[in-house]
Amino acid sequence: MRLDEHLPALLLALPLLGAFSAPLVGKGSRRWVELLLPVLSGLTFAVAAALLHRVSVGGTQLYVMGAERAGLALPSGMSLPIRIVLEVDALSALMAASGSLVAFACALFAVPYMRRFSGFDKFASLYFLLVAGMLGMEVTGDLFNFFVFLEIASVASYGLVAFWRDRPEAIEAGLKYTVVSTVAALMVLFAAGFLYGNHGVLNMAAIASRVDLGVADKVAMALLFGSLAMKAGAVPMHMWLPDAYGEAPSCVSALLVSVSQASLYGLFRTSFSLFGLPRVAPLLGWGLVVLGLLSMFVGVTMAIVQKEIKRLMAYHAISQTGYMLLGVGVGLVASLSPARMESFGLVAIGGALYHVINHAMYKGLLFLTAGAVYYSAGTRMLDQMGGLARNMPKTASLFALAAAAIAGLPPVNGFTSKLLIYQSSYALSPFLAAVGMITSVLTLASFVKIFQSAFLGPALPELSEVREVPAPMLAGMALLALAIAGLSLLPGPVLEHMVMPAARALADRGAYIAAVMGGGM
Amino acid sequence: MTGSMPYVAVAVLFLCGLYMVLFEHNLFKIALGITVMEASANLFLVVLGYRSGGGIPVYTLASREAMVLPTPQALTLTAIVIGLATTALLLSLVVWAYRHYGTLDIQQIRRLRG
Repeated sequence: MRLDEHLPALLLALPLLGAFSAPLVGKGSRRWVELLLPVLSGLTFAVAAALLHRVSVGGTQLYVMGAERAGLALPSGMSLPIRIVLEVDALSALMAASGSLVAFACALFAVPYMRRFSGFDKFASLYFLLVAGMLGMEVTGDLFNFFVFLEIASVASYGLVAFWRDRPEAIEAGLKYTVVSTVAALMVLFAAGFLYGNHGVLNMAAIASRVDLGVADKVAMALLFGSLAMKAGAVPMHMWLPDAYGEAPSCVSALLVSVSQASLYGLFRTSFSLFGLPRVAPLLGWGLVVLGLLSMFVGVTMAIVQKEIKRLMAYHAISQTGYMLLGVGVGLVASLSPARMESFGLVAIGGALYHVINHAMYKGLLFLTAGAVYYSAGTRMLDQMGGLARNMPKTASLFALAAAAIAGLPPVNGFTSKLLIYQSSYALSPFLAAVGMITSVLTLASFVKIFQSAFLGPALPELSEVREVPAPMLAGMALLALAIAGLSLLPGPVLEHMVMPAARALADRGAYIAAVMGGGM
Repeated sequence: MTGSMPYVAVAVLFLCGLYMVLFEHNLFKIALGITVMEASANLFLVVLGYRSGGGIPVYTLASREAMVLPTPQALTLTAIVIGLATTALLLSLVVWAYRHYGTLDIQQIRRLRG
C-alpha cells in the first residue's frame, strides 16, 4: 500500500479529522485549537498540491471507497459501477488545490482575528467541515455523494455566516442563506432521484454514458442547472449572496468565495460531462452566457452604489463569477464544431478556469484586507475610514495589489484571464466582449473609490490610534499575495501545465466517462 | 396496485412546501414548508425503489421473485439525517431572529437591503 494512491481519500479525511477533533482538543486549551487549525489546513493544501502533481503526471485518478474496483459483476456478466468513487481529473485537482490554498491562508488569518470572540473550537470545527464539503464536491464522482458534500458545506456555512449571533444582521443573513440554500440542495436531491430512477446508477460517469435526454433527464438537467447556478450566486438568483458574504466573519467570506466556486464546478460538470450532448449544448451554453452577462453587469452596477466595504466586494464577486460563466458558456457553444473549438472554444474555457483560480486568490485577499481594516479601525463603512495607509502600510499595499488584479490592470493575473475571455468571446459575438470590458472599467472605478476613501486622504483624528494587524494575519494575506504574484509573473507555465489540461479535461466528455466505464463496463 | 398515485402525492407535497416557502410571511411556517419539501423528496426516493409485490432486499432472505431496490432506501436514510440537521439549525436561527427583532414576520426583518 502506497500513500500517494490514497491522496484523494486523504484530502477529505484530513479536514474531517479536524472537524471532529477540534471540539475535543478545545476541551484542553484554546491555544491547541489555534495550532490545529492552521497546521491541518496547511497539510490539506499539501495533499491537494501533491494530488495536482500526481494527476498532471499520471492522468485522471480514480479512487474507489472501500473496495478495489468500482463495479460489481454479476454471474450473468452484467456489470454496474455501484461503489462510491472519487474521480479526480485535472479540473478537480486544480479546483481542490486552489480552494485548499485559500482555506490555509484564511486559517492563518482566523487565529488572531477570532481571538476577540469565544467559541473558537466550534468555529474551527465548522471551518473544517466547510473545507471538507468544498473539497468533496470537487473530487467526488458520485451524484448522491455530491449532494451530501453540498449539504455538509451548506450546513457548515449557515453556522459560520450567523457566527456573530449577537448581531441581528448576521442572523438575518444566515436565515436567508439557509432557506435559499436548502431549497437549492433539495433540487439537487430530486435531480439525483430522477436520474437514478431513469438509469439505475448514481455514478456521474455512468449516468453520462446513459443519458438519452428523455423527459426525466431534461427535468433533472433543469433542476441541477438552476440549483447550482443559484448556489454559485449567478444573477438573478443572487440575492442571498451579498448578505451572506457581507455578514460572515472576513476569514469565512474569503473561503465562501471558493465554496461557491465548488458549486460553479458542479454547474460546469453538469453542463459538459453529464449533459453535454450536441442536442442540448447550444441551449446550456447560451444559458451560461446569458447568466454570465447578467451577473457581470448587474453585479458591478450594484457594487458601485454600496457604502459598506464587504457588501461592495460581495457584489463584485457576483460580477466576477459572470466572467467565468461567460467563458465556459462560449466554450460550450463552440464545442459543436471541432474547428471553432480549436480556434477559440478551448481558449474560452481555459480563460474562464484561469479566472476561477485568479478570483479565488484576489477576492480572498480583498476580503481578508477588509477584515484587517475592520480588526484595526473597527468599522466597515467606507465613509468612516480615511488615511489608513499611514498606519497600515502593509495592508494598504496588499489591498492595492488585489484591487489591481480584480480590475484587470495589465501586469497582474486578472488581466491575463480576462484577456483570454475577451478574445474568445469576441470570436463568438463582439457584444459579449464589449459587456466584459465595460464591466472591467466599472470595476476599476469602484476599487479606485475604495482605495481613495479608505486608505488615502487626510488622517481622521479618531483613527490615529490604529495599528497594523498581527503577524499571522499578515502571513495569511501575504500567502494569497504570493499566489497572485506567481499567477501574474508566470502565466505561460501556469496556463500550459495547470489551466489548459483542466480545460481539456472539462471539454473531453468521453475521457470523463471512460475513466470509470473503461475496462469492460 | 398503486399506479402513479405515490408520484402524485410527491408532487402535491412538494408544491405545498414550495407554496409555503414562497408565500408565507411567518418564519416558522417557512421552516415548516422546507420540512414538507424534504418529506416529499424522501417519499420520492422510496417510491422510486418500490417494486409492486417485491421481496426484502436481504441476500440471505432472497427469493427468486422481484426485490425492492435497496439503494434508494439508503439514500433516504442519509437525506433524513441531513434534513434533521438543517431543520434544527433553521429553527435555532428562527429563535435567534425572534430574540433580536421581536417578530417572526419576514416583512419586518429587513435591515439588509440594496
